[in-house]
Amino acid sequence: MKKTYKIDVDCAACADKMEVAASKTPGVKEASVNFMTLKMKLEFEEDADPDTVIKEVLKNCKKVESDCEIFFD
Amino acid sequence: MNKKQKKNLIRIIIATLAVIALEIFKPAGIVGLILYVAVYLVIGYDVLIKAFKGIKNKQPFDENLLMAIATLGAIALALYERSNDYREAIAVMLFYQIGEWFQSYAVSKSRKNITDLMDIAPEYANLVNEDGETEETDPEDVPVGSTILCKPGEKVPIDGIIVKGNTSVDTKALTGESVPSFLEEGNEIYSGCINLTGAIEIKTTKEYADSTVAKVLELIEEASSKKAKTEKFITRFSRVYTPTVVYLALALMLLPPTVIYFMTGNFQIGTWIYRALTFLVISCPCALVISIPLSFFAGIGCAGKHGVLIKGSNYLELLAKMKTVVFDKTGTLTKGNFTVTKIVPVYSEKEELIHLVTHLEKFSDHPVALSVMDAFDKITDECDVTEIEEIRGEGIKALVNGETALCGNRKLMDRFGISFTEATETGTILYVAVRERYMGYIVISDEIKPGVKETLAKLKRTGVNKTVMLTGDVKKTAEAVAHEVGVDEFHAELLPQDKVSIVEGLLKSRNIDKETVAFVGDGINDAPVLTLSDVGIAMGAIGSDAAIEAADVVLMDDDVRKIATALKISSKCLRIVKENIVFAIGVKVICLILGALGLANMWLAVFADVGVMVIAVLNAIRTMFVKE
Repeated sequence: MKKTYKIDVDCAACADKMEVAASKTPGVKEASVNFMTLKMKLEFEEDADPDTVIKEVLKNCKKVESDCEIFFD
Repeated sequence: MNKKQKKNLIRIIIATLAVIALEIFKPAGIVGLILYVAVYLVIGYDVLIKAFKGIKNKQPFDENLLMAIATLGAIALALYERSNDYREAIAVMLFYQIGEWFQSYAVSKSRKNITDLMDIAPEYANLVNEDGETEETDPEDVPVGSTILCKPGEKVPIDGIIVKGNTSVDTKALTGESVPSFLEEGNEIYSGCINLTGAIEIKTTKEYADSTVAKVLELIEEASSKKAKTEKFITRFSRVYTPTVVYLALALMLLPPTVIYFMTGNFQIGTWIYRALTFLVISCPCALVISIPLSFFAGIGCAGKHGVLIKGSNYLELLAKMKTVVFDKTGTLTKGNFTVTKIVPVYSEKEELIHLVTHLEKFSDHPVALSVMDAFDKITDECDVTEIEEIRGEGIKALVNGETALCGNRKLMDRFGISFTEATETGTILYVAVRERYMGYIVISDEIKPGVKETLAKLKRTGVNKTVMLTGDVKKTAEAVAHEVGVDEFHAELLPQDKVSIVEGLLKSRNIDKETVAFVGDGINDAPVLTLSDVGIAMGAIGSDAAIEAADVVLMDDDVRKIATALKISSKCLRIVKENIVFAIGVKVICLILGALGLANMWLAVFADVGVMVIAVLNAIRTMFVKE
């Protein structure tokens, strides 16, 4: 399953850090962060629940870049 | 300015005023220390927090750590030496924040410029219900076959056909074409255009998700996800670089005083700590890490403004190295529609010839006949045309005002035993005869697009070594076109698989690191070649999803000239990237050497870090401004 989230981050290097952190999160198959459009695209593992995984993704991203934000409901 | 930028600007202003006040009153002793540290914390608390979090999360080596060590070190040194000079620490933080602020402002400004160019997403559609009333609906909820109303000034939300009204539309966002096009009932209309003059009703032919606007937006969102080699290099570089400079600074702090201690018995660590701190500030890699991705996305944005969609920053790099450009002929170099290109009266007047041809051809629906009718005005006189007979594969025979008239190819002339001189022109020749007497002929051929010749010449001037034309057309026609547009090489009578093998051959013979082979096609029959080449450029792609998907670069309008524009943008972008790398590393290396020798103070270091960063960011922003 694929989902796109709006994000907020200050620099392209920080966006890269987020991408690496997100793709290492369990339940995420593939992650790509687009600094230009400030969007994060996540492909989840089939048995993963996006709503719980995205919280972990945010936690991991905050670890590498404390100033970042991912918007989800 | 967003919230964060406003907040940081206020912090910068407060800190600056406080520094000025401290300079005037010069508080001494413990009061002074407290006041200086307070100002330092106001301007630098977030950097310190980030550095601390970095250490806690085992990701310590970034610019925050460098800044934190450098400034805290400077304060510690001032305490140790009892100099009471805390200004340097505050200044470094203050200038760093000013630089960061400037950077953040520039990034969001250029992002806004880019997203504005792409601002084509319709917010709503006016769905017309059965009672004839309109209702604002989310475009995604409009089923195929619905009728929607589009008022002047609104964006066309979904692809469809105009069923009521006429208008002119601005297609600039989609195609870069600034001249509005006029559309009327029965015309197809693409989403993403802006309706300019009249209210129209559109019967939708697609769902929103399949409409042009959604496809284009998707393409833009996907773009820049493929990173350029230089971009990847910078990321990897900073991962190795930052820890390296931290260890080097440590060595610079400890080694020389130790050596001096053993040689002279004097242990003087103070100066060396200062030099190590200066070294740290200078070596911060922000200038590269921030300006290089910015250059690439400014480049993609600029190309978008010109109607060229580039799918990733890696293709900007490949475009700039483009040495061989292979063109498909029909639909790429030529318009792909047949038009009358020449009228040659032999035993008649030009008007008479046109008059006859139009009278005969109006009864045919053959493509050639249709193009003849397009070329000439509608007939106004009332000539009597009877006994119309279409001879398949040959032409038309009819009685015009009682006289037998013939119009067709040479077979038709031969069949009726008309003696004629064969035309030397390439293309489809239409011979005309009346009362068994030859009158002349007209030439119908595929028209070469405007600007093709100039574009090819321009490409050759700006770094392309070879241009090649491929076509399935007969050799004679191919030769004529090749000669007229001035390609270096052409291959005719090709089947699709032949095109593949020719491009494969070109790919094999190029220097893989320095040269790339681009293929330009219209996406019809050439998707394999588009995929195979280093840079696949599809043109006239509106409405052709296959081409959009197969290509790396999409020219939204049919204009070949945009290839030269794309090359110019990519070259400029890569040049700016190179300038920034050389400039930033150069300044830093010089300052590092000066710093290690003790010739650089903290103020020079601040310039080498944030000063260089701001200059590099401003230079990167230049990528956004390329004229055609």
